[in-house]
Amino acid sequence: MSQARSLNRRTVMLTSIAAATALSQFAAATASATPDSAKELLKTLARGDAKEGKIAIRAPEIAENGNTVPVTVTVESPMTDKDHVKAIHVVADGNPNPGVASFQLTPLSGKAEVQLRVRMASTQKILVVAEMSDGSLWSGAREVKVTIGGCGG
Amino acid sequence: MAMLTRRDLASLGAATAVLGLASPRAFAQQRITQAELLKFDAVGQVTLLHFTDIHAQLVPLHFREPSVNIGVGESTGLPPHLVGKHLLAAYGLKADTPEAHALTGGDFAALAKSYGKIGGLDRMATLVKAIRAERQGKMLLLDGGDTWQGSYTSLKSGGEDMVEAMNALGVDAMTGHWEFTYGADRVKTLAAKLKFPFLASNIKDTGFGDPVFEPDMVVERGGLSIGVIGQAFPYTPVANPRWMIPDWSFGIEEERIRARVAALREKKVDLVVLLSHNGFDVDRKLAARVEGIDVILTGHTHDAIPRPVQVGETLLIAPGSHGKFLARLDLEVKDRRVAGWRFKLIPLFADAIAPDPDMAALIGRIRAPHVAFLSKELARTESLLYRRGNFNGTFDDLICEALLQERDAEIALSPGFRWGATVLPGQPITVEDVYNQTAITYPAVYRVGMKGSHLKTVLEDVADNLFNPDPYYQQGGDMVRVGGLSYAIDVSRPMGQRISDMTLLRTGKPVDPDREYAVAGWASVNEGTQGPPVYDLLTKYLTDRKSVRIEENRQVRVSGADPRGLDI
Repeated sequence: MSQARSLNRRTVMLTSIAAATALSQFAAATASATPDSAKELLKTLARGDAKEGKIAIRAPEIAENGNTVPVTVTVESPMTDKDHVKAIHVVADGNPNPGVASFQLTPLSGKAEVQLRVRMASTQKILVVAEMSDGSLWSGAREVKVTIGGCGG
Repeated sequence: MAMLTRRDLASLGAATAVLGLASPRAFAQQRITQAELLKFDAVGQVTLLHFTDIHAQLVPLHFREPSVNIGVGESTGLPPHLVGKHLLAAYGLKADTPEAHALTGGDFAALAKSYGKIGGLDRMATLVKAIRAERQGKMLLLDGGDTWQGSYTSLKSGGEDMVEAMNALGVDAMTGHWEFTYGADRVKTLAAKLKFPFLASNIKDTGFGDPVFEPDMVVERGGLSIGVIGQAFPYTPVANPRWMIPDWSFGIEEERIRARVAALREKKVDLVVLLSHNGFDVDRKLAARVEGIDVILTGHTHDAIPRPVQVGETLLIAPGSHGKFLARLDLEVKDRRVAGWRFKLIPLFADAIAPDPDMAALIGRIRAPHVAFLSKELARTESLLYRRGNFNGTFDDLICEALLQERDAEIALSPGFRWGATVLPGQPITVEDVYNQTAITYPAVYRVGMKGSHLKTVLEDVADNLFNPDPYYQQGGDMVRVGGLSYAIDVSRPMGQRISDMTLLRTGKPVDPDREYAVAGWASVNEGTQGPPVYDLLTKYLTDRKSVRIEENRQVRVSGADPRGLDI
């Protein structure tokens, strides 16, 4: 059972990567992103007011390796023609640039779940906005701690 | 009905939770007997025996419990953050009794002389065999991990001595943490030599998240089907060298535990047990968030709690460390839920328990080639040398002095490990004592230049691992120990604001954020760290001195702390 599930997830992951859009055009000239600049970027990616909810972000509480932090974003949606997730935007508020990735989805995506690895310079929040087919926007956030490590015992 | 039964049994449990011994010191030895330690009015269909964090200690030792163990956030004022008189009061125990000595650090040297050493795997084997004989097919023996590391013989045998000992003891399952510091290949090799499973539901490969170990097992005992889920230390790749286990990912993985519980319940098991190395506060939070776990056998944070802590329908057990205690939990199970229980935290007073001859022979064989080396006296201590405590321990102060001296440094850093045996005043410090405090696979003592601002970051970072109000962000070690430096800490503040007044003791001047200081330390998690092994350095330092005296450390000024976590 767990094998079938992980196969599914792999498929979804590959699909998502194919649909991901690079965000380099949003690279800001500032030295580091801030919570405000991250929110600003989200507003340009998805216009309108986002409500909190429908989004589950899975990530380690404390990153094992800040260079590649696994993040899974799941959006509640039946993914039908009438009611599906059109896009998932991911930003981080403590990196040199806030942009991480945007994923375009269709009902054929099957499941509104994407997995990605994020490089994180320091402890910061991952912010996500999902655009639904009815035009509504939903948001979620999760903090990931990046530590120096080495004193557990 | 079920609730009434449980309450009745719980009150019985309270009566037998700890020994009713309150003898004057002079008669201590006579009053503690093996029969009294084993005395238990069995109840229910199954007995769980649990120990954890033995740290490879084969023979009896002294181990002083902390007098500083501050609770923050939702753990404030709750066990295990009750120390000394606060712990005794909470559990109705008297000072100067054997149980007070086993559970607290107060008047340690004097009581240690009265009550003798504690632990020893041959004593553990005696108790286990007796209970196994009493319970005939109704007993499950579970090891919470940190078993293969912490002594000279474990370091030299790469953990193999403990695998042999645990196979001989008849353990039914284990999980791990320090085990992983032997590297992925070695762990796999040793796990294959175990006569029982190594369980870890939260370890997966970094690529696709496939499981590395069996997540759980189902066993039959006393007519019950029992599901045991293993949970390795979630922050192993953060707190210990990740390069030794580069392809494995850990984490709390609450979702995975929830899924395993659901799968076991679907299989119609009668009882679900989580064998955990999360640390007590993490498990208390987890118990409130994950439904369907009957018992969590906790570990990692080395807490000895005289009675189970109940969170909803879940019982949490904390049997201390270093083989000091064996926890016995008898369970009455009805309709796949716990209907009643009785518990005893059995202290292993070594003088009162006859060593099991088979285990004693095995331990003798393991130690024979090394005994002469290990018993070599390096120096004598005039003062008590211990490690446990949130901010400092005198043995760490000694290590920091050795680091400053031998590496000609201004500041020393020593990791906040919670393992390591205690040495009494007037006793020799032997080679074995040195290894009991330092036996790790990444022992290099580095010497680096570190800016004052970076030192502050290090202290803030470690303080947040200890005092983050959310237990899921706690890594379960103590504060990094410092030499040559004093500081103030307000544990109630958020990260980045706890540490202040950092002062270089050599000059009495505040630490300059922009100046570089010569810093010596050990147990770096970075690959390729250069320097002499800490046990060699400490051996040389002690040999050169012959006698040491460590005064109580007053270099860390603590504020914002719940007073029940302080007994100083």
